[in-house]
Amino acid sequence: MKALVWSLRRELWESRSIYLAPVAVACAAFVGFLIYVVHSPAKLAASGTIAQPYEAVAGLLMLTTTIVAAVYSLDALYGERRDRSILFWKSLPVSDRTAVLAKASIPIVILPLLGFVVTVIVQLIMAGISSAILAARGLSVAAFWEQLSFGHRSLLLFYHLIAVHGLSWAPVFGWMMLVSAWARRAPLVWALLPPIAIAIVERIAFNTSRFGHMLGRRLSGSESVATSVPGGMMMDPMTTHVTAGRFLGAPGFWIGLVLTALFLAAAVRLRRYQVPN
Amino acid sequence: MPCIESRGLRKTFGATAALDGIDLRIEEGRIVGLIGPNGAGKTTALNAILGLIPYEGQLAVLGRDPWAQRDDLMRDVAFIADVAVLPRWIRVSQVLDYVGAVHPRFDRSKAEGFLAKTTIRRNSKVRELSKGMVTQLHLAIVMAVDARLLVLDEPTLGLDLLYRKQFYDTLINDYFDGNRTVLVTTHQVEELEHVLTDVLFIDRGRIVFESTMEDVESRYLEVLVHPERVDAARALNPLYARQTIGRSILLFEGADREQLAALGDVRTPSIADLFVAVVGGAR
Repeated sequence: MKALVWSLRRELWESRSIYLAPVAVACAAFVGFLIYVVHSPAKLAASGTIAQPYEAVAGLLMLTTTIVAAVYSLDALYGERRDRSILFWKSLPVSDRTAVLAKASIPIVILPLLGFVVTVIVQLIMAGISSAILAARGLSVAAFWEQLSFGHRSLLLFYHLIAVHGLSWAPVFGWMMLVSAWARRAPLVWALLPPIAIAIVERIAFNTSRFGHMLGRRLSGSESVATSVPGGMMMDPMTTHVTAGRFLGAPGFWIGLVLTALFLAAAVRLRRYQVPN
Repeated sequence: MPCIESRGLRKTFGATAALDGIDLRIEEGRIVGLIGPNGAGKTTALNAILGLIPYEGQLAVLGRDPWAQRDDLMRDVAFIADVAVLPRWIRVSQVLDYVGAVHPRFDRSKAEGFLAKTTIRRNSKVRELSKGMVTQLHLAIVMAVDARLLVLDEPTLGLDLLYRKQFYDTLINDYFDGNRTVLVTTHQVEELEHVLTDVLFIDRGRIVFESTMEDVESRYLEVLVHPERVDAARALNPLYARQTIGRSILLFEGADREQLAALGDVRTPSIADLFVAVVGGAR
């Protein structure tokens, strides 16, 4: 357990973009918000636009943590072989399983949680500034908070990050880590080629595109059936319903978890057998 | 219990046998040099001993199966595969923190003590250190681990003369205590041979020669033969003969020292010369 915790710290020392990128994007988004406030203060309390900046910040940070997670996963077990530092790590009494688990938990656990914390902190500061401005103009702060429904919004964000970014996408990150443990070069290409090849073969052989659709559904998060969202991507806390039962009951969810375990087990095995020269 | 014991140790890569049936017994408390030409199987043998690759045959390191019990074995074994493997992004303080946290036998104060003798700063990153400093850092870490077996594979490769000498001096003076076992491979035998207690020659995946250094000194003699005595010397059936500038140098096994002294200048052969005689002569 101690080895796992320290191996996690080690990953954060090595890949500082894990936390620097979300913080930097959050700062940029905050600056954007300040400009927005100065530019169109009337929109702050208007019922149609009240949630817009908050959704934008959440979306930007999700995009950031997803990109960081993908870049990290593709390099996680590839970089240590490329610079041969794996020979140093293997000279320590830390098992391959612990090392791979620590690395896998970065995209699957740490980044979604980090994304949540950063998002909520920025949104709180934004809401605080909005409240101050509204109060100064003599408008109702209470009505603003009620419309924003901050607590509900945060809970929903948390659920979305865990269900979709963490659990639904886990097999995708598991696959990337497997490729990073296996590829001699260009892990990105090797990560993309097999899915593309499967889709092409399926198209030629059966003239269907089920694999591509399946992948698309998983990546867009809709296959997770984690929520029922009337009218698209944006999660309005008033109308979005959490359907955790349906999410956990879907076979796709469990198949995804099994695939993740298989990919990671294969990555552990590869790390065990491969010795760089 | 021997430190390392193997019987019929084999490792094949496709059709080629990198290790072709190695029988080996290394007792604890020895400093063993594993010498061999490129591609002889040195690194493969060390990788098997360190549990980095699967193998066929029997192999026990400190009483354990290195492949099956690797994580456990790494508590008692330290190794430097190459000094260039310390991750370049890590800070000196971070690597000490990490090793200290995951290694139950790591004595941080000891490592700090070694580092205090160098100019390495705690907040430097490895990439900012010179090659010699990286070596010093890696050595400081390894020597602060209370290991029973230390394995070094070409530890001084790419280092300049000064650091190579310093490496072995530090190793012997500050680390070796008579109980630990050190197994080392190197191309530069001459800077190592005065610290070894045992020597193993490996060629084409087999151990072709093994001896203690004492036996080497008592069994093998090298003679710079006077030109007029060459025929007489050759009649004594030397193991190996070579020419230097105008002189013949003959290497004898188990010959009488008095008898040889009549033929020319007698001395103990270097490991490098013995290696050429044993491995080169067999080819």
